Amino acid sequence: MTTVSQAQAAVAQSKRRYWWHKYGPLTMGVLGIVLALLVWQVYAVFGPVNRHHLPPPTEVIPTFLRSLTLSEFWVAIGQTMTAWALGLAISIVSALLVGLVIGSSRVLRVWTHSTVEFLRPIPAVGLIPVAALLFGPRIGAELMIIVFACFWIIVIQVIYGIADVDKVARETARTMRMGQVDMVKYLVFPTLLPYLVTGIRLAATVALILAVTVELIVGTPGLGHQVAQAQINDSPPAMFALIITTGLLGILINFVTRFIANRVLFWHASVRGEVRA
Amino acid sequence: MRTLRQIAIWVALPIILIILWWALTARGASFFVPQPAGLFSKFIDVWMGERLLTDVLPSLGRLAVGLVISTIVGIGLGVLIGSVRWVRWLLEPLLEFLRAIPSTIMIPVLLLLIGINDTMKVVVIVLGCLWPILLNTIEGVRSLDEVLKNTADIYRFKGWPRLVFVTLPGASPLILAGIRQSIAVGLILLVVSEMFAATDGIGYLIMNFQNRVAIPEMWSGIVLLGILGVMLSAGFQLIEKRILRWYYGLKEAANDS
Repeated sequence: MTTVSQAQAAVAQSKRRYWWHKYGPLTMGVLGIVLALLVWQVYAVFGPVNRHHLPPPTEVIPTFLRSLTLSEFWVAIGQTMTAWALGLAISIVSALLVGLVIGSSRVLRVWTHSTVEFLRPIPAVGLIPVAALLFGPRIGAELMIIVFACFWIIVIQVIYGIADVDKVARETARTMRMGQVDMVKYLVFPTLLPYLVTGIRLAATVALILAVTVELIVGTPGLGHQVAQAQINDSPPAMFALIITTGLLGILINFVTRFIANRVLFWHASVRGEVRA
Repeated sequence: MRTLRQIAIWVALPIILIILWWALTARGASFFVPQPAGLFSKFIDVWMGERLLTDVLPSLGRLAVGLVISTIVGIGLGVLIGSVRWVRWLLEPLLEFLRAIPSTIMIPVLLLLIGINDTMKVVVIVLGCLWPILLNTIEGVRSLDEVLKNTADIYRFKGWPRLVFVTLPGASPLILAGIRQSIAVGLILLVVSEMFAATDGIGYLIMNFQNRVAIPEMWSGIVLLGILGVMLSAGFQLIEKRILRWYYGLKEAANDS
């Protein structure tokens, strides 16, 4: 009898373990967020900070939900995302063009190396005053800053990507008398793609940050400007609601770009490895 | 000869660009674009005097404090989250969300909560710089070499010695990569926080010049930011190479075989 009950116990334990393995991350993750909200609530109500300046989640979340019904809120999201999308698109196209030209010639690559490496670490936000002078509080200011930052991120990935073409593969292709067009299609493009996708994913995150930043400082209409407005109107719950909104937008962008990356790179080792694990 | 050629190639394009810039602005083309010679002398005038002490140093100090705090907190939390599974499960979604918030948008809130002072700027910098270090540390701790991990297990390497001799060195290439990213992010956040609300600092001065439509002065500040960005990134690369000498050697050896 003991062996039967022991076996049953073992089965139950392994079932529990299986359940834990499958749903553990979800349970714990939800728990983590609930705990964080609780800490925030308790700190906001009993903590040393002025309650008016740090509203508890029980005030912020209703404000957030209420803002979902306001057209003003959606217009601001639309404005921010328009700048984000346009800026990102301009950066991708221009960086791809420049990167392809520089990357495909060894001479150009060597000669431009120092300039590219010098211009890249220059913080784009330094140019915000220039953008403000040139464009005023209009979308052009956002685009200028976004493009300046994202262009370098992508262009460097493109240059590295082209340079990374496997030597043996290239020589094999040449020995096989592969034409220029096929060479680009089957050799250069597949090598470049993972680099390009990485660059675009990074740039997508940076573009959102910069769009919001320019709106905040220059006053271009959008979510960042709304936050500044809420500060002037002395409405901390609205500020926190907007911050939550930008966080959700950031997650959404991250999620979408990851999804696209997995789709486009389904054949690449990094993605296949993820599936297997 | 070789090194001479190398140097020539390095400086050729920058010199061409500067000559082009000089030629195009020689006749005072645009109100917004400064001339190279004027910009250079303005740069010396504006930054190489008293302001070096009253504005540049405080800015760099804030950046340094923010980076040090981010590094300590990032590595500490990262090692904990990376090595304990339930902590990782507990915090992962929360961190995913917090990381997605553009840290610049926190500036108005922190302004209310903390006020216009150095603490506010340091908090902004930490809120942005923490993530690259934290995430890279977690990744580094989790992707420790399997053989190393098993060996440490067999020798009952635990606690502090294990942390210092196995975990941290193993994760250090990724941790340093995270710190390198954080330096760039930190500079950005420093400037933005100073532009939004400050009484001194590089960002504050650039914004101040812009408001007074002092275009060459404003440009000189932007040039200073550029130089700082380049110097910080180059300086850290040197440190990184130094600390990770063993790692690069290891990689080279692996490539040879």
